Amino acid sequence: MKSYDPRINRLNLPKEENKEKALTPQENWATFEVFHQKKRGEQHVHVGIVHAPDPDIALLFAKEQFGRRRVTANLWVVKSSEIHASDYDDQDIFSTTPEKTYREASDYYVMDRIRKYQQAHGIEDRKELKRKKP
Amino acid sequence: MVPGFDPHNGRPEMYGNAYIETTPKTAGKSLTENEDPVKLAEFEARIAHGEKIEPQDWMPAEYRKQLIRMIEQHAHSEIIGALPEGTWITRAPGFRRKLALMAKVQDEVGHAQLLYSAAETLGKPREDMINDLISGKSKYSNVFNYPAETWADTAIIAWLIDAGAIINQVANSKGSYGPYCRALERICTEESFHLKYGHDNVVYLATGTQVQREMVQDALNRWWPPIMHFFGPSDKISVHTETLMKWKVKMASNDDMRQKFLDEYVPKIWDLGLTIPDPDLKKNEETGKWEYTEPDWEEFKRVINGDGPCNKERLAVRRKAEEKGAWVRRALIHDNEQYSIPLA
Ligand SMILES: [Fe+2]
Ligand SMILES: [Fe+2]
Repeated sequence: MKSYDPRINRLNLPKEENKEKALTPQENWATFEVFHQKKRGEQHVHVGIVHAPDPDIALLFAKEQFGRRRVTANLWVVKSSEIHASDYDDQDIFSTTPEKTYREASDYYVMDRIRKYQQAHGIEDRKELKRKKP
Repeated sequence: MVPGFDPHNGRPEMYGNAYIETTPKTAGKSLTENEDPVKLAEFEARIAHGEKIEPQDWMPAEYRKQLIRMIEQHAHSEIIGALPEGTWITRAPGFRRKLALMAKVQDEVGHAQLLYSAAETLGKPREDMINDLISGKSKYSNVFNYPAETWADTAIIAWLIDAGAIINQVANSKGSYGPYCRALERICTEESFHLKYGHDNVVYLATGTQVQREMVQDALNRWWPPIMHFFGPSDKISVHTETLMKWKVKMASNDDMRQKFLDEYVPKIWDLGLTIPDPDLKKNEETGKWEYTEPDWEEFKRVINGDGPCNKERLAVRRKAEEKGAWVRRALIHDNEQYSIPLA
Protein backbone atom coordinates (compact mmCIF):
# COMPACT_ATOMS: atom_id res chain seq x y z
CA MET A 1 0.00 0.00 0.00
CA LYS A 2 0.99 3.61 -0.50
CA SER A 3 2.21 5.15 2.75
CA TYR A 4 0.07 7.63 4.66
CA ASP A 5 3.24 9.52 5.46
CA PRO A 6 4.16 12.03 2.73
CA ARG A 7 7.76 12.04 3.94
CA ILE A 8 7.99 8.31 3.37
CA ASN A 9 6.55 8.61 -0.13
CA ARG A 10 9.27 11.15 -0.92
CA LEU A 11 11.95 8.62 0.09
CA ASN A 12 11.37 6.49 -3.03
CA LEU A 13 11.88 3.26 -1.16
CA PRO A 14 12.97 0.32 -3.31
CA LYS A 15 10.18 -2.08 -4.29
CA GLU A 16 12.15 -5.29 -3.99
CA GLU A 17 12.97 -6.92 -0.67
CA ASN A 18 16.53 -6.71 0.53
CA LYS A 19 17.97 -9.38 2.82
CA GLU A 20 21.45 -7.91 2.99
CA LYS A 21 23.03 -6.87 6.26
CA ALA A 22 22.73 -3.14 6.75
CA LEU A 23 25.35 -2.81 9.48
CA THR A 24 28.93 -4.00 9.67
CA PRO A 25 30.42 -5.26 12.95
CA GLN A 26 31.30 -2.49 15.44
CA GLU A 27 29.65 0.15 13.36
CA ASN A 28 27.83 1.20 16.52
CA TRP A 29 31.19 1.83 18.23
CA ALA A 30 32.07 1.06 21.84
CA THR A 31 29.87 1.48 24.90
CA PHE A 32 30.15 4.01 27.71
CA GLU A 33 28.59 3.58 31.15
CA VAL A 34 26.62 6.64 32.17
CA PHE A 35 26.45 8.13 35.69
CA HIS A 36 23.78 10.67 36.47
CA GLN A 37 23.75 13.31 39.23
CA LYS A 38 20.33 14.70 39.94
CA LYS A 39 21.26 17.66 42.12
CA ARG A 40 24.47 19.30 43.22
CA GLY A 41 25.50 17.63 46.46
CA GLU A 42 24.11 14.21 45.50
CA GLN A 43 26.02 11.14 44.33
CA HIS A 44 26.39 10.26 40.67
CA VAL A 45 24.37 7.09 40.06
CA HIS A 46 24.83 4.55 37.27
CA VAL A 47 21.82 4.72 34.92
CA GLY A 48 22.79 2.75 31.81
CA ILE A 49 24.93 2.89 28.71
CA VAL A 50 25.29 4.68 25.40
CA HIS A 51 27.12 3.69 22.23
CA ALA A 52 29.58 6.35 21.07
CA PRO A 53 32.89 6.74 19.23
CA ASP A 54 34.39 9.09 21.83
CA PRO A 55 33.62 10.72 25.21
CA ASP A 56 32.26 13.97 23.72
CA ILE A 57 29.67 12.18 21.63
CA ALA A 58 28.97 9.83 24.55
CA LEU A 59 28.07 12.90 26.66
CA LEU A 60 25.85 14.22 23.89
CA PHE A 61 23.95 10.91 23.62
CA ALA A 62 23.81 10.58 27.40
CA LYS A 63 22.19 14.00 27.62
CA GLU A 64 19.50 12.89 25.13
CA GLN A 65 18.94 9.49 26.69
CA PHE A 66 19.29 10.14 30.42
CA GLY A 67 18.91 13.90 30.82
CA ARG A 68 15.92 14.25 28.53
CA ARG A 69 13.21 13.65 31.09
CA ARG A 70 14.76 13.74 34.52
CA VAL A 71 16.19 16.63 36.49
CA THR A 72 19.93 16.63 35.92
CA ALA A 73 22.86 18.57 37.35
CA ASN A 74 25.73 16.59 35.87
CA LEU A 75 26.66 13.48 33.84
CA TRP A 76 29.73 11.28 33.72
CA VAL A 77 30.60 8.80 30.99
CA VAL A 78 33.20 6.07 31.37
CA LYS A 79 34.17 3.54 28.76
CA SER A 80 32.70 0.15 29.72
CA SER A 81 36.10 -1.45 29.21
CA GLU A 82 37.66 0.93 31.77
CA ILE A 83 35.47 -0.27 34.62
CA HIS A 84 36.96 -2.73 37.07
CA ALA A 85 34.33 -4.74 38.89
CA SER A 86 34.40 -7.29 41.67
CA ASP A 87 33.19 -10.78 40.96
CA TYR A 88 29.61 -11.77 41.82
CA ASP A 89 30.95 -15.22 42.64
CA ASP A 90 32.83 -13.63 45.54
CA GLN A 91 29.79 -11.80 46.87
CA ASP A 92 30.12 -13.57 50.21
CA ILE A 93 33.17 -11.46 51.08
CA PHE A 94 30.72 -8.62 51.77
CA SER A 95 28.40 -10.50 54.06
CA THR A 96 28.49 -9.23 57.62
CA THR A 97 28.94 -12.36 59.65
CA PRO A 98 27.30 -12.63 63.13
CA GLU A 99 30.63 -12.20 64.94
CA LYS A 100 31.12 -8.83 63.28
CA THR A 101 28.36 -7.16 65.34
CA TYR A 102 31.07 -5.09 67.04
CA ARG A 103 30.87 -2.94 63.91
CA GLU A 104 27.24 -2.12 64.50
CA ALA A 105 26.06 0.82 66.65
CA SER A 106 23.15 -1.34 67.71
CA ASP A 107 25.49 -3.77 69.43
CA TYR A 108 26.49 -1.27 72.16
CA TYR A 109 24.23 -0.79 75.20
CA VAL A 110 25.55 0.78 78.42
CA MET A 111 22.47 2.15 80.17
CA ASP A 112 21.81 -0.94 82.33
CA ARG A 113 25.34 -0.80 83.63
CA ILE A 114 25.15 2.96 84.33
CA ARG A 115 21.87 2.63 86.25
CA LYS A 116 23.19 -0.21 88.31
CA TYR A 117 26.29 1.82 89.24
CA GLN A 118 24.23 4.94 90.04
CA GLN A 119 21.95 2.99 92.35
CA ALA A 120 24.87 1.35 94.12
CA HIS A 121 26.66 4.70 94.67
CA GLY A 122 23.72 7.01 95.31
CA ILE A 123 24.14 9.07 92.18
CA GLU A 124 20.86 10.57 91.23
CA ASP A 125 19.82 10.08 87.62
CA ARG A 126 20.00 13.26 85.52
CA LYS A 127 16.63 12.77 83.87
CA GLU A 128 14.94 12.04 87.20
CA LEU A 129 16.36 15.29 88.65
CA LYS A 130 15.07 17.31 85.74
CA ARG A 131 11.57 15.89 86.18
CA LYS A 132 11.49 16.70 89.94
CA LYS A 133 12.54 20.33 89.48
CA PRO A 134 9.68 22.49 88.23
CA MET B 1 -8.46 -21.28 17.94
CA VAL B 2 -8.09 -21.77 14.22
CA PRO B 3 -8.09 -25.49 13.46
CA GLY B 4 -4.71 -26.73 12.40
CA PHE B 5 -2.91 -23.60 13.56
CA ASP B 6 -0.38 -24.35 16.22
CA PRO B 7 0.69 -20.89 17.35
CA HIS B 8 3.98 -22.29 18.52
CA ASN B 9 4.93 -23.32 15.04
CA GLY B 10 3.52 -20.21 13.43
CA ARG B 11 6.21 -18.01 15.03
CA PRO B 12 3.85 -15.47 16.54
CA GLU B 13 5.95 -12.96 18.41
CA MET B 14 4.62 -10.99 21.31
CA TYR B 15 5.51 -7.55 22.53
CA GLY B 16 7.87 -8.86 25.15
CA ASN B 17 6.60 -12.20 26.19
CA ALA B 18 8.50 -15.44 26.13
CA TYR B 19 7.43 -18.75 24.72
CA ILE B 20 9.30 -21.75 23.42
CA GLU B 21 8.82 -22.65 19.86
CA THR B 22 8.23 -26.37 19.65
CA THR B 23 10.20 -27.61 16.70
CA PRO B 24 11.00 -31.22 15.99
CA LYS B 25 14.42 -30.50 17.51
CA THR B 26 13.17 -29.24 20.86
CA ALA B 27 10.00 -31.33 21.22
CA GLY B 28 10.15 -33.55 24.27
CA LYS B 29 13.59 -32.25 25.25
CA SER B 30 14.40 -30.65 28.54
CA LEU B 31 15.62 -27.05 28.46
CA THR B 32 18.47 -27.91 30.80
CA GLU B 33 19.73 -31.09 29.23
CA ASN B 34 23.45 -30.35 29.27
CA GLU B 35 23.59 -28.04 32.28
CA ASP B 36 25.72 -28.56 35.39
CA PRO B 37 23.16 -29.70 38.00
CA VAL B 38 24.90 -27.96 40.94
CA LYS B 39 25.12 -24.59 39.17
CA LEU B 40 21.57 -24.97 37.91
CA ALA B 41 20.29 -25.62 41.43
CA GLU B 42 22.10 -22.53 42.76
CA PHE B 43 20.74 -20.45 39.91
CA GLU B 44 17.18 -21.59 40.47
CA ALA B 45 17.46 -21.11 44.23
CA ARG B 46 18.57 -17.52 43.71
CA ILE B 47 15.53 -16.81 41.55
CA ALA B 48 13.21 -18.59 43.98
CA HIS B 49 14.53 -16.24 46.70
CA GLY B 50 13.53 -13.25 44.59
CA GLU B 51 17.14 -12.31 43.84
CA LYS B 52 18.05 -10.94 40.43
CA ILE B 53 20.46 -12.49 37.94
CA GLU B 54 23.22 -10.16 36.73
CA PRO B 55 25.05 -10.41 33.38
CA GLN B 56 28.25 -11.80 34.92
CA ASP B 57 26.42 -14.67 36.66
CA TRP B 58 26.33 -18.24 35.44
CA MET B 59 23.06 -18.96 33.66
CA PRO B 60 21.61 -21.86 31.64
CA ALA B 61 22.18 -21.49 27.89
CA GLU B 62 18.44 -21.62 27.28
CA TYR B 63 17.79 -18.80 29.79
CA ARG B 64 20.25 -16.61 27.93
CA LYS B 65 18.79 -17.52 24.54
CA GLN B 66 15.18 -16.91 25.54
CA LEU B 67 16.00 -13.58 27.19
CA ILE B 68 17.99 -12.33 24.22
CA ARG B 69 15.12 -13.17 21.92
CA MET B 70 12.48 -11.66 24.15
CA ILE B 71 14.33 -8.42 24.99
CA GLU B 72 15.48 -7.98 21.41
CA GLN B 73 11.93 -8.33 20.07
CA HIS B 74 10.74 -5.90 22.67
CA ALA B 75 13.39 -3.40 21.52
CA HIS B 76 12.39 -3.87 17.87
CA SER B 77 8.75 -3.26 18.83
CA GLU B 78 9.68 0.07 20.39
CA ILE B 79 11.73 1.28 17.45
CA ILE B 80 9.22 0.14 14.82
CA GLY B 81 6.35 1.31 17.04
CA ALA B 82 7.67 4.84 16.67
CA LEU B 83 6.85 4.76 12.93
CA PRO B 84 3.03 4.66 12.72
CA GLU B 85 2.73 7.54 15.20
CA GLY B 86 5.71 9.40 13.79
CA THR B 87 3.73 9.62 10.55
CA TRP B 88 1.49 12.20 12.23
CA ILE B 89 4.10 14.54 13.72
CA THR B 90 4.02 16.90 10.75
CA ARG B 91 0.22 16.95 10.73
CA ALA B 92 -0.61 16.96 14.45
CA PRO B 93 -3.49 19.33 15.19
CA GLY B 94 -1.95 22.17 17.15
CA PHE B 95 1.45 22.98 18.49
CA ARG B 96 1.07 21.46 21.94
CA ARG B 97 0.00 18.11 20.51
CA LYS B 98 2.86 18.23 18.02
CA LEU B 99 5.36 18.76 20.85
CA ALA B 100 3.79 16.01 22.95
CA LEU B 101 3.78 13.55 20.05
CA MET B 102 7.42 14.30 19.27
CA ALA B 103 8.28 13.71 22.93
CA LYS B 104 6.38 10.43 22.97
CA VAL B 105 7.99 9.16 19.78
CA GLN B 106 11.40 10.13 21.11
CA ASP B 107 10.65 8.20 24.31
CA GLU B 108 9.81 5.09 22.30
CA VAL B 109 13.12 5.26 20.45
CA GLY B 110 14.79 5.77 23.84
CA HIS B 111 13.04 2.62 25.08
CA ALA B 112 14.52 0.71 22.17
CA GLN B 113 17.99 1.97 23.16
CA LEU B 114 17.53 0.88 26.78
CA LEU B 115 16.29 -2.54 25.71
CA TYR B 116 19.00 -3.15 23.10
CA SER B 117 21.52 -2.36 25.83
CA ALA B 118 19.91 -4.87 28.20
CA ALA B 119 20.00 -7.56 25.49
CA GLU B 120 23.60 -6.64 24.71
CA THR B 121 24.71 -7.55 28.24
CA LEU B 122 23.75 -11.13 27.32
CA GLY B 123 26.29 -11.18 24.50
CA LYS B 124 24.53 -10.21 21.27
CA PRO B 125 26.01 -7.05 19.69
CA ARG B 126 23.57 -4.30 18.78
CA GLU B 127 24.59 -4.37 15.11
CA ASP B 128 23.52 -8.03 14.92
CA MET B 129 20.14 -7.25 16.45
CA ILE B 130 19.48 -4.40 14.04
CA ASN B 131 20.58 -6.54 11.09
CA ASP B 132 18.20 -9.29 12.18
CA LEU B 133 15.36 -6.79 12.42
CA ILE B 134 15.98 -5.30 8.99
CA SER B 135 16.44 -8.63 7.23
CA GLY B 136 13.14 -9.86 8.68
CA LYS B 137 14.82 -12.65 10.68
CA SER B 138 13.71 -11.23 14.01
CA LYS B 139 10.14 -10.09 14.67
CA TYR B 140 8.43 -7.20 16.42
CA SER B 141 4.95 -6.64 17.71
CA ASN B 142 2.40 -7.36 15.01
CA VAL B 143 0.27 -4.27 15.72
CA PHE B 144 2.84 -2.00 14.12
CA ASN B 145 2.26 -3.60 10.73
CA TYR B 146 -1.00 -1.65 10.50
CA PRO B 147 -1.21 1.97 9.36
CA ALA B 148 -2.35 5.04 11.32
CA GLU B 149 -4.94 6.29 8.84
CA THR B 150 -6.15 9.36 10.69
CA TRP B 151 -5.18 11.50 13.67
CA ALA B 152 -7.67 9.46 15.72
CA ASP B 153 -5.62 6.32 15.04
CA THR B 154 -2.66 7.88 16.82
CA ALA B 155 -4.93 8.67 19.76
CA ILE B 156 -6.11 5.05 19.94
CA ILE B 157 -2.54 3.76 19.60
CA ALA B 158 -1.16 6.04 22.31
CA TRP B 159 -3.98 5.14 24.66
CA LEU B 160 -4.76 1.47 24.09
CA ILE B 161 -1.64 -0.01 22.52
CA ASP B 162 0.46 1.72 25.16
CA ALA B 163 -1.97 0.44 27.80
CA GLY B 164 -1.35 -3.10 26.56
CA ALA B 165 2.38 -2.46 26.54
CA ILE B 166 2.25 -1.21 30.12
CA ILE B 167 0.46 -4.36 31.33
CA ASN B 168 3.14 -6.43 29.65
CA GLN B 169 6.02 -4.30 30.91
CA VAL B 170 4.85 -4.06 34.50
CA ALA B 171 4.62 -7.87 34.59
CA ASN B 172 8.06 -8.31 33.02
CA SER B 173 9.69 -5.75 35.34
CA LYS B 174 9.24 -8.27 38.16
CA GLY B 175 11.23 -10.88 36.22
CA SER B 176 14.62 -12.26 37.16
CA TYR B 177 17.11 -10.58 34.84
CA GLY B 178 18.56 -7.44 36.45
CA PRO B 179 19.34 -5.30 33.37
CA TYR B 180 15.91 -5.98 31.81
CA CYS B 181 14.12 -5.09 35.07
CA ARG B 182 16.10 -1.85 35.41
CA ALA B 183 15.30 -0.83 31.83
CA LEU B 184 11.61 -1.63 32.33
CA GLU B 185 11.37 0.37 35.50
CA ARG B 186 12.49 3.49 33.70
CA ILE B 187 10.27 2.65 30.70
CA CYS B 188 7.17 2.20 32.86
CA THR B 189 7.67 5.65 34.41
CA GLU B 190 7.74 7.21 30.95
CA GLU B 191 4.77 5.19 29.71
CA SER B 192 2.45 6.86 32.20
CA PHE B 193 2.78 10.07 30.18
CA HIS B 194 2.01 8.20 26.94
CA LEU B 195 -1.13 6.69 28.42
CA LYS B 196 -2.41 10.03 29.76
CA TYR B 197 -1.56 11.78 26.52
CA GLY B 198 -3.38 9.11 24.48
CA HIS B 199 -6.41 9.15 26.75
CA ASP B 200 -6.55 12.95 26.58
CA ASN B 201 -6.62 12.80 22.77
CA VAL B 202 -9.33 10.12 22.69
CA VAL B 203 -11.47 12.01 25.22
CA TYR B 204 -11.09 15.24 23.24
CA LEU B 205 -12.37 13.58 20.06
CA ALA B 206 -15.05 11.51 21.77
CA THR B 207 -16.53 14.56 23.49
CA GLY B 208 -16.17 16.74 20.40
CA THR B 209 -18.26 17.29 17.28
CA GLN B 210 -20.16 14.54 15.50
CA VAL B 211 -17.37 14.31 12.91
CA GLN B 212 -14.73 13.94 15.63
CA ARG B 213 -16.76 11.24 17.41
CA GLU B 214 -17.16 9.27 14.19
CA MET B 215 -13.47 9.61 13.50
CA VAL B 216 -12.46 8.12 16.86
CA GLN B 217 -15.11 5.39 16.62
CA ASP B 218 -13.78 4.40 13.18
CA ALA B 219 -10.25 4.28 14.53
CA LEU B 220 -11.34 2.09 17.44
CA ASN B 221 -13.10 -0.27 15.02
CA ARG B 222 -9.94 -0.53 12.93
CA TRP B 223 -7.66 -1.09 15.90
CA TRP B 224 -9.77 -3.51 17.92
CA PRO B 225 -8.63 -6.69 16.09
CA PRO B 226 -4.90 -5.80 16.37
CA ILE B 227 -5.46 -4.94 20.04
CA MET B 228 -6.99 -8.37 20.62
CA HIS B 229 -3.99 -9.91 18.81
CA PHE B 230 -1.59 -7.87 20.90
CA PHE B 231 -1.01 -10.38 23.72
CA GLY B 232 -0.79 -13.33 21.35
CA PRO B 233 -2.78 -16.57 21.12
CA SER B 234 -3.55 -18.65 24.20
CA ASP B 235 -0.41 -20.29 25.53
CA LYS B 236 -0.04 -23.99 25.22
CA ILE B 237 1.00 -24.93 28.73
CA SER B 238 3.99 -27.17 28.29
CA VAL B 239 6.91 -28.25 30.43
CA HIS B 240 8.93 -25.56 28.67
CA THR B 241 6.48 -22.83 29.60
CA GLU B 242 6.63 -23.98 33.20
CA THR B 243 10.42 -23.79 33.19
CA LEU B 244 10.30 -20.26 31.77
CA MET B 245 7.86 -19.27 34.49
CA LYS B 246 10.04 -20.81 37.20
CA TRP B 247 12.99 -18.84 35.81
CA LYS B 248 10.85 -15.70 35.84
CA VAL B 249 11.38 -15.11 32.15
CA LYS B 250 7.71 -15.51 31.37
CA MET B 251 5.71 -13.63 33.97
CA ALA B 252 2.10 -14.11 32.94
CA SER B 253 0.12 -16.06 30.37
CA ASN B 254 -1.08 -14.29 27.25
CA ASP B 255 -4.69 -14.87 28.25
CA ASP B 256 -4.17 -13.47 31.75
CA MET B 257 -2.71 -10.28 30.35
CA ARG B 258 -5.52 -9.94 27.79
CA GLN B 259 -8.07 -10.35 30.60
CA LYS B 260 -6.32 -7.70 32.68
CA PHE B 261 -6.38 -5.33 29.72
CA LEU B 262 -10.11 -5.89 29.05
CA ASP B 263 -10.88 -5.47 32.72
CA GLU B 264 -9.16 -2.11 32.94
CA TYR B 265 -9.98 -0.56 29.59
CA VAL B 266 -13.31 -1.82 28.26
CA PRO B 267 -15.23 0.11 30.97
CA LYS B 268 -13.21 3.24 30.19
CA ILE B 269 -14.08 2.91 26.48
CA TRP B 270 -17.75 2.46 27.31
CA ASP B 271 -17.60 5.50 29.63
CA LEU B 272 -17.15 7.61 26.50
CA GLY B 273 -20.20 6.11 24.79
CA LEU B 274 -17.98 4.42 22.22
CA THR B 275 -18.80 0.92 21.03
CA ILE B 276 -16.45 -2.02 20.66
CA PRO B 277 -16.86 -3.97 17.42
CA ASP B 278 -17.53 -7.31 19.09
CA PRO B 279 -21.20 -8.07 19.89
CA ASP B 280 -20.18 -10.98 22.12
CA LEU B 281 -17.85 -9.00 24.35
CA LYS B 282 -19.08 -9.12 27.94
CA LYS B 283 -17.88 -9.91 31.41
CA ASN B 284 -19.12 -13.18 32.81
CA GLU B 285 -19.94 -12.13 36.36
CA GLU B 286 -19.77 -15.70 37.62
CA THR B 287 -16.28 -16.49 36.38
CA GLY B 288 -15.09 -12.88 36.56
CA LYS B 289 -13.66 -13.37 33.07
CA TRP B 290 -14.32 -11.52 29.85
CA GLU B 291 -15.88 -13.42 27.00
CA TYR B 292 -15.15 -12.31 23.47
CA THR B 293 -15.06 -13.45 19.88
CA GLU B 294 -11.71 -15.08 19.15
CA PRO B 295 -9.81 -12.69 16.89
CA ASP B 296 -8.78 -13.96 13.48
CA TRP B 297 -5.57 -15.84 14.28
CA GLU B 298 -5.13 -16.75 10.62
CA GLU B 299 -4.76 -13.07 9.83
CA PHE B 300 -2.39 -12.67 12.76
CA LYS B 301 -0.23 -15.46 11.42
CA ARG B 302 -0.30 -14.08 7.90
CA VAL B 303 0.65 -10.55 8.97
CA ILE B 304 3.43 -11.66 11.30
CA ASN B 305 4.93 -13.67 8.47
CA GLY B 306 5.25 -10.56 6.35
CA ASP B 307 1.92 -10.13 4.61
CA GLY B 308 0.49 -7.15 6.50
CA PRO B 309 -0.36 -3.73 5.08
CA CYS B 310 2.86 -2.09 6.32
CA ASN B 311 5.49 -4.80 6.92
CA LYS B 312 7.54 -3.92 3.85
CA GLU B 313 7.34 -0.19 4.45
CA ARG B 314 8.41 -0.50 8.10
CA LEU B 315 11.54 -2.50 7.31
CA ALA B 316 12.41 -0.45 4.24
CA VAL B 317 12.20 2.78 6.26
CA ARG B 318 14.44 1.32 8.96
CA ARG B 319 16.93 0.13 6.35
CA LYS B 320 16.97 3.51 4.64
CA ALA B 321 17.66 5.24 7.95
CA GLU B 322 20.61 2.94 8.66
CA GLU B 323 21.96 3.36 5.14
CA LYS B 324 21.72 7.12 5.25
CA GLY B 325 23.59 7.32 8.55
CA ALA B 326 26.23 4.76 7.63
CA TRP B 327 28.85 7.19 6.27
CA VAL B 328 28.79 9.27 9.46
CA ARG B 329 29.08 6.24 11.73
CA ARG B 330 31.86 4.71 9.65
CA ALA B 331 33.82 7.99 9.52
CA LEU B 332 33.84 8.05 13.33
CA ILE B 333 35.08 4.48 13.86
CA HIS B 334 38.52 4.37 15.44
CA ASP B 335 40.76 1.68 13.98
CA ASN B 336 41.95 -0.67 16.78
CA GLU B 337 38.77 -0.06 18.85
CA GLN B 338 37.92 -3.03 21.04
CA TYR B 339 34.30 -3.86 21.72
CA SER B 340 33.50 -4.88 25.26
CA ILE B 341 30.13 -6.05 26.53
CA PRO B 342 28.43 -3.33 28.59
CA LEU B 343 28.46 -4.02 32.32
CA ALA B 344 24.92 -3.46 33.37
FE1 LIG C 1 7.61 2.28 24.89
FE1 LIG D 1 4.81 4.17 24.99
